[in-house]
Order: sequence, then C-alpha cells, then structure tokens
Amino acid sequence: MTSLLEHFRFEASFSDSLKGDTDLDSDTRRMLDKTSDLFIGHIPHVRAMNMTVEHLDADGVTMVLPYSRDLIGDPETGRLHGGAVTTLIDSVAGLAVLAAMPDPGPIATLDLRIDYLRPARPGVSLRAHANCFRLARQIAFVRANAYHDDLSDAIAAAQASFVIKGYGGGLQADGGSN
Amino acid sequence: LSLLELVDRCRRRADPQLLVTEIPYARFLGIRTSVSDGGLLTVLEFRDSNIGNPAVPALHGGVVGALLETAAILELLWEHESEVVPKIINITVDYLRPAGPRDTYAKALITKQGRRIANVSVQAWQGDASKVIATADCHFLLPGGAPDTG
Repeated sequence: MTSLLEHFRFEASFSDSLKGDTDLDSDTRRMLDKTSDLFIGHIPHVRAMNMTVEHLDADGVTMVLPYSRDLIGDPETGRLHGGAVTTLIDSVAGLAVLAAMPDPGPIATLDLRIDYLRPARPGVSLRAHANCFRLARQIAFVRANAYHDDLSDAIAAAQASFVIKGYGGGLQADGGSN
Repeated sequence: LSLLELVDRCRRRADPQLLVTEIPYARFLGIRTSVSDGGLLTVLEFRDSNIGNPAVPALHGGVVGALLETAAILELLWEHESEVVPKIINITVDYLRPAGPRDTYAKALITKQGRRIANVSVQAWQGDASKVIATADCHFLLPGGAPDTG
C-alpha cells in the first residue's frame, strides 16, 4: 500500500474533506489527510468496497464499510462474510501504522488474528477503529475493533503485526501481501 | 432449496461450485471451487478490483484472508453435513509472500471436527504450490451441534 506514501508528498491536490484533531500542526494534519486520501483513492479494493476514512490521526484510525448485498456471506440471514470484516480490519490496521509512522514508507501485514465476538447486524454499516500501540523500527503492532455504533460493544476484536519494509536491517524483501 | 439439499445436490453431481454461487461475497471476489484429491481446490480469480497495493502490485491482504476463510467454510460444507453455514469464531492469517496479480489457490484441511467446534487450517499459493503465500488457522462453531466431549 505504501509506495503510495512515497509519492504522497508530491501530490499537488489536497482535499480537506477529512477532519481529524484540530490541535495538530497544519503540516502534520495535511500529511495525514493526504495519506488517507491516497489510501482511499488509490487502492482498488478499498474503492470496490466503498470504504471511507472517518477519522485519522497518529493515535488511531476509524474507517467505515457500508453494508452491501455483495458482501453477504450467509444468504439466509443476510450477514456479512467474515472476509469482508477481515478486509476492513486489515485496511484500518495498515492505515493506523502509516498514521503512526513519522516518515511513512512501505509496510506489509505479517499476521492478523480476528475474534468474532458477536454477529454483525444485516443492513447496517460497519466501523473499525485501529491503534498502533507499538511502533518499533522493524515491526509495528496494532489492535483493532469492528463495531456498529458503539466501540465498547465490538463485533470483532483483532490484533495484527506489520513489517516495516523500509528498514535496512536485513529483512527479507518479500515480507507480505499487503 | 435448503443448504442441506444444496450440498446434497452438489455431492451427487460432484460439483461444489453451486455452493459458491450461493454466497454473494464469493461471487464479488471471483471465487470458484472444484473437487481435487478428495477435498476441494478453491480459486480466487485475478481481478484488478482485488488489488490492495497497486505499486507492487499485490492483492489486498483482506482478500487473501477472505479466500482462506471461504476455502475453510466450503470444505466444512462439502465434507460434513451441516444444515447451516458454519459460524467463524476466529481466524489467524500469516502472510508469507506477496500475493501477485494472478490466480490464487487455496486448500483447506479439517484438522479436527468435534460436534460443536471445527478446526481448519488452510494454505494459499499461486504459481508454485510449494511456495505458500499465506496460511490460516480457523475455528468454526457448528450451530445446533451437541457439546464437545473432547
């Protein structure tokens, strides 16, 4: 996802449609907004699922996945497929790592675990919030939750780790799929 | 047509693809499945819309996770008589190599099938089956089942 980030500084256009904390300095806010615009605008699968970024700052990211019949896993109940939840969580977790990096660069998902705490309600959009709770030089660690309205009433709880690929410490070049 | 009847019909025709066409999300991603070596071989056709990193390019990690989970669910439906779609309890995905812009294959192995819980592990690869690109371990709840006795 992040070679995008390598060129985001050179992007001429800038959208202010995404609002985060206002107490950030304007350069930081601009960088985060641009990261989020590129993430949404340039990743085909994020667009295909109509995901949007609702909030983004260095402390965490919230994304929204609108309900769609295309995402149904069980036609009898109309419930979302777990894979759609996985995709939302992988996206929000990756973006949380980028948002936490002082100088965003290429990252790749190393592993992702998701616990499904309760069924998602059919017909209702899903939100996910992610926080990068430890950013080391080579690896980033993220927690994420998916929910409808209330973050404390989560539908899924996840933990993921990411390889920071720009680090020159001898990591394999082909770290992951994302 | 109930799910049980559908599975029955698929088995009689030795064609599990009908199960996939009943899952809207599997159609959305471009997943198909066929019988192979006694189990199922599930394929995620390459589509531009499944790209998660246009620079590499690579498939979205979530799509790879979705393929692994779908392969596990289809294997459970195919191998065991379940009247409802198994419910996922949790999934752990390990990403081993980038998933390039090509077809991706997945094969699931039911490690243990209890009355209530099933453990399934899945591997995915692309051109070379020995170069696994991702693995998943999943637990499913088989609704309506009696409590496990161990």
